[in-house]
Amino acid sequence: MGIHRSHRVRPLEWLAEQLIRLLSLTAILVVFLIFLFVGRESLPIVLGQMNSAAPQTVIPVEQFDSLPSERIRAYLGLSAKEFQSLNQETLKALLEIRVEAALEGSTNRDAGLNTTEWRYLLKPYQWSDYERPVYIWQPVSEVPKYNLVPLLVGSLKTTLAALFFSVPIALGAALYVSQLASPSAKELIKPAIELLSAIPSVVLGSFAMLVLATALQALTGSQFRLNALLAGIALGMASIPVIFSLAEDALTSVPVAYTQAALALGASRWRAAWQIVLPAAIPGVFAAVVLGFGRCIGETMVVLLASGNASILSGSFLDPCRTLTATIAAELGEPVVGSHHYRMLFLLGTLLFTVTFLTNVVGDLVMHRLKSGLEGRK
Amino acid sequence: MSSDFLPRLTMEATVPADEVTPPPSAPLIETKHLELFYGQHRALKGIDLAILEKRVTALIGPSGCGKSTYLRCFNRMNDLIDGCRVVGECRIGGEDIYDPKVDVIELRKRVGMVFQKSNPFPKSIFENIAYGLRLHGQKTKPEIEAVVEKSLRDAALWDEVKDRLNQSALGLSGGQQQRLCIARAIAIRPEIILMDEPASALDPLATTKIEELILGLKRDFTIVIVTHNMQQATRISDFTAFFYLGELIEYDLTSRIFTNPAKKQTEDYVTGRFG
Repeated sequence: MGIHRSHRVRPLEWLAEQLIRLLSLTAILVVFLIFLFVGRESLPIVLGQMNSAAPQTVIPVEQFDSLPSERIRAYLGLSAKEFQSLNQETLKALLEIRVEAALEGSTNRDAGLNTTEWRYLLKPYQWSDYERPVYIWQPVSEVPKYNLVPLLVGSLKTTLAALFFSVPIALGAALYVSQLASPSAKELIKPAIELLSAIPSVVLGSFAMLVLATALQALTGSQFRLNALLAGIALGMASIPVIFSLAEDALTSVPVAYTQAALALGASRWRAAWQIVLPAAIPGVFAAVVLGFGRCIGETMVVLLASGNASILSGSFLDPCRTLTATIAAELGEPVVGSHHYRMLFLLGTLLFTVTFLTNVVGDLVMHRLKSGLEGRK
Repeated sequence: MSSDFLPRLTMEATVPADEVTPPPSAPLIETKHLELFYGQHRALKGIDLAILEKRVTALIGPSGCGKSTYLRCFNRMNDLIDGCRVVGECRIGGEDIYDPKVDVIELRKRVGMVFQKSNPFPKSIFENIAYGLRLHGQKTKPEIEAVVEKSLRDAALWDEVKDRLNQSALGLSGGQQQRLCIARAIAIRPEIILMDEPASALDPLATTKIEELILGLKRDFTIVIVTHNMQQATRISDFTAFFYLGELIEYDLTSRIFTNPAKKQTEDYVTGRFG
């Protein structure tokens, strides 16, 4: 045998390597497929192919016998097979429903609007019976209203409140555990915080809704028990272990030599941790916060229970709000598959995907810049 | 002060005429029966030693002999190790540094340290030196700038880095990083500089530069250096202490330790027969 090796020399190693490669590619493939599925379901809305407007012309039931069956089938939006399977009575009943709906709809001047158009999704609109233009998500209504802005703002608002609450606590704990705590204190605190992540989010949400809400209302004097701030705090509790674990790893992996150098110069342990170790670990700490953001914006159960779920647009953290995730979770069981409401929920999913993806990309870019700044590469 | 901790040569009469010896000076660091325990293990077994001011003292000995541990007693870096306990006396300038009333931060301002592996902070070259100054209360920018320049000049680094003071110190070469660490240590004007094998990770050229630097620094500072390199000890140090298994075997003029040691063990070690 020469020095040239081929996979035939070590077949088992080669096989194992290929297997591991396949598994790692599967992970990427699964994420890609999920995105493909969610994206495909929402595509008709993105392309403007959906129409939620009530039909303009109505076929009276009396014309059922005089019109060609093909016309009736198209009017009812049925496939040829479905049309075959229904008897005349059923078809007439369906026509009747359409007539009734048209009669009711005629009282509402918005009935003829296609509310799945982008301008209704993103801009405020003054619906009939409303005093001023509003952003509102109200999918189950005579005129379905699908404005995405309140949901997006709701998601960002709760996430922001959560990070505001959890980042200082998690980073403080990470700095303490990695730099200042005695080994015995470390052994106690670290598993305790990591145990937080084992609490099911439904438990965390119920706790927030039942216990924390009362306390918070007494504290803030807010009009609403359930609001964005409460959801944020509960969400913060869910994200503390995520941020803590990663930040603690980043801080611990800073070479001890830096700390020693600072101490030998006459720094106190606290100053060495704060002024030398934390700046040296900034890329990792930043990554921890980005991951915490992802955890918060993707969390569903906590916000579903604690946010109040009012799909209104408000800048106040003491008003209830509704998030993208809670909306999907609460409503996806209801609409007919393929209806505009159904597709709209998938659009929310796509939106969520996009926000998370963009955050990760920007986070990664910032992290690389921070890293090369530290290492003296330009 | 009793003279038995001092090396033989400080008594003028014992110094041979042909030896180039520095004039005697007062001992700055003194340890009396210093013992150090790592848990149950006795790492230093009663070290009596007096280190003279503005001289270079080398600590030599095989790995694990306690020389680095001994060095770290002087700025109490051993305090950071769990289960480490020091018994006995260690005086710097007459003050017992293990007195509970001693402020460790003040002590470390007086006793600087350079480590085996260069460890500049991941900050700019300027900030590396300014950090120590700010720690000890210097705030105004012109003041700091002046000290940064002087320290870099003293560490023979100024000409190489003056145009990139704001770039990261991690972009420097190994030798430059180590000289930066020396500049950082001298910037806060300590009395003593401890060096723990400062050139062991450097190439011969960078080592030469560090050695030249040390010879220049002894005008202003008392230097205690741990080294594995016998030639280095002979080139730069005035006095040499030989440690073996936690004990001080011999302490004398460097020239005498390497040419005419009193103990057999010392002779065996410096001639390379063991260690």
